[in-house]
This record gives sequence, C-alpha cells and structure tokens, in this order.
Amino acid sequence: MATRLPGTDVVIVGLGAAGGVAALPLTNAGLDIVGIEAGSRLTKRDFAPDEIRNNVRDWPFSVRKCDSEVPTLRRSRSDDAVQGGNHPMMNGVGGTTLHYWAQSWRLNPWDFKVVSETTRRYGASRIPAGSTVEDWPFGYEELEPFYDRVEHEIGVSGQAGNLQGEKNPNGNPFEGPRQRNYPMPALRWTRFLDRMAESARTLGWQPFPGPAAINSEAYQGRSGCMYHGHCNKGGCHVDAKNSPAVTTIPRAEATGRLKVVTHATVTKIETDAQGKVTGVTYLQDREEFFQPARFVFVASYTYENVRLLLLSKSRAFPIGLSNNHAQVGKHYLSHHQGAGVTALFPYDLHAWYGLPAQGVAVDDFADDNFDHSALDFIGGGNLWVYSDRRPISAASMGTFGRAPTWGSAWKAFVRENADRTNSAYIQKTTLPYAANYLDLDPVVKDPLGFPVIRITAEYKQNELAIADYLQEKMVRWYREAGATDIIRGGLGGQMGVSTHAYGGTRMGDDPETNVVNRYGLSHEVPNLGVLGASVMGTSGARNPTLTAQALAWRTAEHVAEHWQSIVE
Amino acid sequence: MTDERPRTISRRALLRGAGAAGAAAAASAVGVSAQPSTTPASTTVPAGAVIQPTETVTTPVVYEQLSADEAELLGAIADHLIPEDEHGPGAVAAGAVVYIDRALGGALSASRDAYRGGLAAFERYCRSSRGAPFRELSQVDQISALIDVETGAATGAGSGFAGSSGAFFGMVRGHVLQGTFGDPYYGGNRNFIGWDLIKYPGVRTAVSPALQTALESGELEPNHRSAYDSDNFEKAIVRSVTREMRHGD
Repeated sequence: MATRLPGTDVVIVGLGAAGGVAALPLTNAGLDIVGIEAGSRLTKRDFAPDEIRNNVRDWPFSVRKCDSEVPTLRRSRSDDAVQGGNHPMMNGVGGTTLHYWAQSWRLNPWDFKVVSETTRRYGASRIPAGSTVEDWPFGYEELEPFYDRVEHEIGVSGQAGNLQGEKNPNGNPFEGPRQRNYPMPALRWTRFLDRMAESARTLGWQPFPGPAAINSEAYQGRSGCMYHGHCNKGGCHVDAKNSPAVTTIPRAEATGRLKVVTHATVTKIETDAQGKVTGVTYLQDREEFFQPARFVFVASYTYENVRLLLLSKSRAFPIGLSNNHAQVGKHYLSHHQGAGVTALFPYDLHAWYGLPAQGVAVDDFADDNFDHSALDFIGGGNLWVYSDRRPISAASMGTFGRAPTWGSAWKAFVRENADRTNSAYIQKTTLPYAANYLDLDPVVKDPLGFPVIRITAEYKQNELAIADYLQEKMVRWYREAGATDIIRGGLGGQMGVSTHAYGGTRMGDDPETNVVNRYGLSHEVPNLGVLGASVMGTSGARNPTLTAQALAWRTAEHVAEHWQSIVE
Repeated sequence: MTDERPRTISRRALLRGAGAAGAAAAASAVGVSAQPSTTPASTTVPAGAVIQPTETVTTPVVYEQLSADEAELLGAIADHLIPEDEHGPGAVAAGAVVYIDRALGGALSASRDAYRGGLAAFERYCRSSRGAPFRELSQVDQISALIDVETGAATGAGSGFAGSSGAFFGMVRGHVLQGTFGDPYYGGNRNFIGWDLIKYPGVRTAVSPALQTALESGELEPNHRSAYDSDNFEKAIVRSVTREMRHGD
C-alpha cells in the first residue's frame, strides 16, 4: 500500500527542459510544487572533458531509468517490433538539457500554418497523402512573448535577423519578427566557419550564426563558454550551458515553493470517479508513495509522456488517461535528422575546440522560404555546419575510399586527415501521418512489469524528397568551400528512437484529433496538463527544445492565472 | 558503477607491488600517468619526452582479465591495426591492450566472453586455414587472415566465431581505437601517443580566442594531461547518492 504524502498544489512529473522551466512561473505565482524526477542531481564537478565517459560509455554514471524502458521499433503495422539499444535521453534534474547541444531555435511562422499556407500558395492537394497535419491553434505571434521570456530567463546567445520587422543581414532573414534582440551575441566562429559563411554568400545564400542556450559571455553570474570541445553529450564544467538545472530550477527552489524529489519513478496518475486527477503514485527505492495534488503536469519526454497516460487507466479512462478520443500516441513524428553529408577538405579545420552549437546556418531552403511550385514536396531543411571533434571519434572517421580501415596506410591517412572532415546536420520538415503512431508494446515490458512504448513509424515520400533536395544543396556548399571528397548518407527509412520526438499528445482546438487544448491542458481532464514536444504538431526544420520551453512557460502561466477556475 | 575498475586495479596493483618500483610499475601498467599532475597547463614538452619509452616497455604488465596468451595475441592484432612505423609508435606502445584488459573487468565486462571466444576462434581459423597459430604466420599471412576476419569470410566452418567474424573484428578495432585515443586515465593512450598521432592538441578546460588563433596558426603546443589531472572533476563515476529531500516531510 502506498504511503500517502501531504498534498501539494501541483506535481510536475519530470524536471527536464520543459518541466524545469514551467516550475518557475508556477512558484512565482505562489503555488506549491513537487517536482518528481527519476534521476539524480549532477553538478559541474561531474562533467569531466572525458570522451570515453561521455560519448563512448554513454553517461554510465547517471541514473538510467529511460534505458530500462527503451521503445520498440517497427516500420509498419505488418512488421515485428524490436527493442533498440540505449535511450538517447537521460534522467536527472535538468534532464537531457544537461548534455544537449543547446541549439535554441524559434520555429518559423510557416511551421504554425503548414496547412493553410500550403493551401493558399499551392493548393490543398499539395498536403501529402496520409498526413494528419493541422495548423497549430495559434500563430507564431502568440508564442513570441514566451520565446522572448525564455530566451532571457535562461539565456540564449544569437544574432537577430528580424527585429520588430527590421531585417538584419547578419541574422536569419526568414525568422519571425522578434520584439527584442537575443540577450547575448552569438557564439564565436572559427576560421573554417568564416570560410563556410563566405562560400554560402558566394552561392547567393544568407548564412548566419545559430542560436544557443549557451553563454557567449558572462550572464546572470554564470561564466561564458570555454569552448573546450566536450559539449556534445557533455555537461558544462562552468555552468555556461543554460539547462534549467542551473537557471529556472534553482530560482524556483529559492522561492521555497519547489520541492525536488529525486530517484523517483512515477508509475500512475490517479483519478477520481469524476475523472479529475488526484495525484500520482511513484516508486522510490522500491517503496510506493502517493503524492496528492490539485493539478498534475506530465513533463517527461515524448515517449514517457505518452506511456504514462496510456498506463494510467481507470474507470473514467479505460484505455488511458485523457484517451477517451483515442488520440494519445497519434500524430507522432520524429525529426528527419539523418541523411547527412560528410566532406573531406585539403586543409585542417581546427575543430578540436568548439561545440555543436557553434556553427553556420543556412535557412534559404527551409520551411516555405523558397518556391515549391515546381517541386514534389512541401517544407524543407536547415543546413548546419558546426564544430565538433574529439580524438576517438576523429580517429574513427571514414576514409572516403582513400585508405583501408587499419594498418600503416590507415594510420598515415588519419594522421593527415583527422582534423579535415566535416559532417553537416540537416534538419528537415517532418509531417505526422495516420500510419505513424505510438502505443504500448504488447510483449516487451520494463523491469517493473509495465509495457514499453512501441514506435510504428517511417519517413514518407515528402521527407525523402526533402532529404534528396537538401543534400544536393549541401554538396554544392561543401564544394564551394573546397572539399575534395563528399559522401551523402542514405535518404532514410524507419524512424528510430529519436532525440527530436514530437506528437502523441498533440495540441489543438478539436478534441477529436488532439489530446490537449490550445493552452496545453487536457481536453478530457480539467486538472491535467502536458509539457514537452509531445504537444507539438509540426517539427519545423530546427531543434524543438526552445519551442517546448516557450510552450511550457505559456501553459504554466495560464494555469497560474486561472488557478481557481481550473482546480475548483 | 563498473567504471570504478581502473582505480580499484590501481590500488590493488599498488598493494601487490613491493616498494617504489612496484608502485611505479603498477602506475604505468594502468596508465595512471606517471607524468606529474603538476605539469603546467601550457606545457611545451614535446611528444614522448616525458616518460622514457624503454622504462614503459620493460615494465611487466599485470593483466587482470586476459590470460598472458590472450593478451599477447590481442597485442599482435592491435599491432597490425595501428602499427609502429615511420609515423611513430602504435596501439601496443599506447597501451591499448592494457585499456581493454582493464575495461573487461568493468565497463566492457559484457564483452569478456566475446573476447575469450573470439580470440580462440581466431587462432583456430589461422591453424585451419593457414596451418599455424597467428603469431607464427608470415606477415603476409597474418594480414590476409585479419582481412578474412574483418570481411566476415572467417565466419563459420569450424572456427567457431559466435556470430560474424566481422563483428568480432569491429569490436576489437573499436576498443583498440578507444585504448589508443581515449583519456590516459583508462590505461591507454600512454605518453599521449594517440593524441599526438592525430595532432589532437589535448584536454584544456578553457580555450580563449587567443588559443584558438594559435591553433589555427599552427602554434599551439599539445597539452599532455588527463582530464583527471585537474582537480575540477569528480573521478568517481557514481556519486555517493544521498537524496536531497524526502517527500514532503
């Protein structure tokens, strides 16, 4: 029998990118919060610049609840689902933001209006067959104040391209208008990145530095970035990576109204006969506790958000919480991030000391920034060239057919070329489809005996056509910068377990096709909210975290402002 | 948790060793750099000048997981993967085998059987296809036998590789790369042989614009340090876990 704990106003399940941000507006409004986190607390002393520990052995020192519930995968309904290896996310106070790349983009205005804008410009028939994409319930301008708030609250560096309608050629000319500049200038570039930007301009494109939740200079009493080269899957040893763990969570704790419970796994959200949430049951050291709450936020990763709702069955919700319209797990997509391009240059790139968020972006072929009239797809991709190199991965480079993979000839090759290769990161518009979804695996269970998530998903023709088109652009760019050898990755197929997973609890006005309303609250359960990219219906062509955080802030603020009517 | 291994070994080896000589041998055997941790961050000591290579070579290595025979065979394979040649020392001198041995008792313990079985299968394959154990084959035959293993051609037919021989080769190559190019804390990359080979300028906790410019001008000296030569970082892999707060009480 679970030990019943004293009640609280709000429980947040998961203190990562979204839950860790939402805690602050809630505590600022005077609400008492219990934040329940599966992982532990880590500090900058845990974040050694050690490639074996961080990259090869996959953060073995952290609590890996997620590794015990890795989703199974299949391309389609007719295939058998197989469980993958490691989970790409981590548990801990701050979640995956402890070691993420920290690219902090706003979505572009088109991403909110894919259906209406495509219909207006090209005709409704251009929406790909089988896609369940909808316009968001609001446009970019609705989210802009919350983007602005989060950018300043956690600290985002970057170069504005559209300040209140005024374009700046040094920034992204395609971004939506922003009310203020970034609170910090963009991260510095290397000589190679300067050269790539110059090459892009030669091609008539508009290169700019990408935005990052990384301090480019001292901010809020924390250090600027030290560019030590271990940012990719590495935590920051000087707290310059602006995870909620070093920004919003300590601020919320300072109010005295956020209690953080670590090493705790929530197993069920409880409901009463009226269909209202009453709190959550969790396990800590195999002991079971019930934490009563007047409001519950699900704020773990997309897979875990969907899983917890599906596992939380009750008389009022027989096939999962907030799932009486059978929409939990639907409209799932994971960003098409593969299909990269890798190049070999005849000169050193000096990429040893950098970070993946330090780079040159080109948005000319993203979203609807170019004419699709004569093309066979909608959407596009963001081209991203960045600094990221460590010795083991450098020595593990492909040899472009110029050398064998071992022996003296290989040794001579890596000696010359270890610092001469670059791989572009190309994020592509990915749409939701009826055939792509999440549900509970009928066979595979976690060690507690609960089913894991099953991913049934593959990239469709629209995504593959974008990949092909963007690869050609990337090849041109590398060639312009002097690359001697260029390799294109495969166009993609099955959707794997991804760091950019969207949908499953989509946000929209229609409860027949969406789990949460325009404020992120359940259509079916008045005192349940969902935070994270699982509410997003489109991916855009850029990293989701800042959008998930802006939405989290907006939802939390809405709950605080309407607290009485929501929990009455 | 499993990663406590290198330090555990070190302590145990130190206890086993008699006096300073034993301690030095143990220290170098596990790659806990014999280099003083007082080496300044901006060290300008050129590669290989810090530790006498002869001393390292003649120090008997105490293997913890591999048998002496397995270690010797693995060394012979590693010597082909990253050989010592006109471009300098290779995987063996870097201590890649020591790295693998130590890791097999910890983070790579799940691969212990794959090594035991794979090395034995490799020897059987060399005998059945070329008439002698690997180390007795000519250089040409050694290389062709390794190519067979790499391409998967040595799979099946009496050799007894569990799964594809190519998977065994890929595992060994991956671990040899880790042991040659990883942080010396884990027992490999001795004397920073791996990092110097690919001109990695070393672990630094801060890289100013001036240092980046020096790198781009070819004027940055390599920094020969382990991440753990700095006091900034916890060596323990699992922090002693104390819960910050128990529920609402």
